[in-house]
Amino acid sequence: MASTIASFKVDYYQYLDPDGRLVEGSQIPALARDMKELVSLYRLMTLTRVFDKKAVALQRTGKLGTYASSLGHEAAHVAIGSAMREEDCFAPMYREYAAQFYRGVKMSDVLLYWGGDERGNDFSGPKHDFPWCVPIATQCLHAAGAAMAYKLYKQPRVAVTVVGDGGSSKGDFLEAINAASAWKLPLVLVIVNNQWAISVPRSKQNTAKTLAQKGIAGGLPSIQVDGNDLIAARWAMDKAVAAAREGRGASVIEMMTYRLSDHTTADDARRYRPQGEVDSAWNKEPLLRMRKYLMDQGFWDEVKEEELLDECAERVQAAVEDYQHAVSNDPQSIDSMFEYMFKNMPHHIEEQREYAKQFPAEGDH
Amino acid sequence: MAEITLVEAVTMALAHEMEQDPTVVVFGEDVGVNGGVFRATAGLQKQFGDERVIDTPLAEVMIAGMCVGMAAQGMKPVAEAQFEGFMYPMVDHLVNHAARLRHRTRGRLTCPMVVRAPWGGGIHAPEHHSDSNEATWAHFPGMRTVIPSSPSRAYGLLLAAIRDPDPVVFLEPKRIYRWQKETVEDSGEELPLDVCFVLRDGTDITLVTWGAMVKETMEAAQALAEQGISAEVIDVATVAPIDMDTIIESVEKTGRCVIVHEAPKHCGVGAEIAASLADNAIWHLKAPIKRVTGYDTVMPLYRNEMNYMPSCKRIVHAAEQVLRFE
Repeated sequence: MASTIASFKVDYYQYLDPDGRLVEGSQIPALARDMKELVSLYRLMTLTRVFDKKAVALQRTGKLGTYASSLGHEAAHVAIGSAMREEDCFAPMYREYAAQFYRGVKMSDVLLYWGGDERGNDFSGPKHDFPWCVPIATQCLHAAGAAMAYKLYKQPRVAVTVVGDGGSSKGDFLEAINAASAWKLPLVLVIVNNQWAISVPRSKQNTAKTLAQKGIAGGLPSIQVDGNDLIAARWAMDKAVAAAREGRGASVIEMMTYRLSDHTTADDARRYRPQGEVDSAWNKEPLLRMRKYLMDQGFWDEVKEEELLDECAERVQAAVEDYQHAVSNDPQSIDSMFEYMFKNMPHHIEEQREYAKQFPAEGDH
Repeated sequence: MAEITLVEAVTMALAHEMEQDPTVVVFGEDVGVNGGVFRATAGLQKQFGDERVIDTPLAEVMIAGMCVGMAAQGMKPVAEAQFEGFMYPMVDHLVNHAARLRHRTRGRLTCPMVVRAPWGGGIHAPEHHSDSNEATWAHFPGMRTVIPSSPSRAYGLLLAAIRDPDPVVFLEPKRIYRWQKETVEDSGEELPLDVCFVLRDGTDITLVTWGAMVKETMEAAQALAEQGISAEVIDVATVAPIDMDTIIESVEKTGRCVIVHEAPKHCGVGAEIAASLADNAIWHLKAPIKRVTGYDTVMPLYRNEMNYMPSCKRIVHAAEQVLRFE
């Protein structure tokens, strides 16, 4: 005779629908009534979008290297950043700029990084935060390690990490879930599911109904939220961060969103993605619905929007100038390539440094 | 003061440093209650508790990745890979993260972690338990690879590895874990990294080696001495970065060099040493440099493994070839 010894369900949360209306019949989080906070977060979402557009333009005109756009992810990223305290630790992948801006990383830091200068990773945000992480999902284990350190030090700090739908297929993500479960780590694992891992759609990663359920398999409370709904995403983050901080362990949040951009500026999504899908995703994007909601509530209008866009453009332009000044007027020396290999420079690296200095690369680069 | 084996010296160094530095934790499979499959962490969990000596789930990627995270947040994790053959899943975290965190962040974050592993062949172990993969680690910039060859060097070098502000791969020659006993004082005195140890002075030929091959190389030096040949024996100890100054100085004196390692010949650490000698000491060489190494085959199962490993006889044979040149 067979009996069920385990079963599971995954709850989905949405509070603000794509038309900017609060979803009826649900217990709306307090944030939905905190108009001052929502306006402030909306402003950061907008700044991030203006920055993003400029970064892509800089790449297109040869002033920036390959850049990974965050277009369409702004609500998820703002929710993540704004739910954390400064002493918490963020281990990003490589496009969560809004979360990092909230934590004090400068736009010029992001430009420096994608502009081929390591100083971008020595950013202005919290000094314990991890740098951008390109190899996919490895950051999940660095966050788990940070969470382990905080637990062992008995500090009320939380580590937060982000992985994509593609990254959720990697062992690192699953091993982080396992570890967080085994040791009850103060960790929040966020899957920002934007439906595409470069050209591979979500449906080709696996046939599981949700990615959140991978967390359940490892023993972690796991939910799915509308990642384009700032209110739902932030509510989920607040809950998970509080649980982690209070010693109740880790959780997984799958935030459903859509990558409105190419994977990076080196990619052309038109090769593999139907335009109709992208067009319909634009109707669900996060800024649109928040703007509508704020306007309906009487806390936003066209004039404020125009003023905000002008202000964002100015701030972005200032960041671009800081970036260009750093790389043109204060570039890193040849020595810098050798200086940070070890705390104490071994002899052979010293020799190579002296040799390299005799042969500086010529021309513009 | 008791005489101890190499593996006991490892335990003693771990205990010493855990006592001195509360940020040091031991992290790995079976390291706690069981004390490690080779007993390298025996008794440590009892002494320091299960929050300092941590049994992990069976996941090498996780072990390496979490050590990167802990180290970046100010801890000094000492991970144990159960065997060197199970280190390969750790490559991503060691190479892409541990070895370059300082460089990537301009020194904002660092990664003072150690991965220890029983390493090398000759104990009749099952498949995937006998590799000599030091060249794999030695190739990657940003981390050190250290291999002790005696109880006192295991103690002193492991202390140095744990205290080092950068990542260290610490490979323990399991064949000689219990080969010799030595009086080692638990003084807390470290030995220098990045430095070769001259184990035997000589004037006619330089024998360069590391790890368990120190045993056969010293035997070969003795056999050569019986033929009236004076061999200098150098234990490289830190195979990345290599202290070439000591090796060059010796070869300038002897004019002859044989390099001995258990790992495959192709792209082995011996190739780097030979190339550096060709670059820096060729006018002092009286004869070609010879390498006595494992073969470019996979490590055979144990019935054949001693045919793979360099022997005293092979080392003496190579030395005799080199000594034929006047």
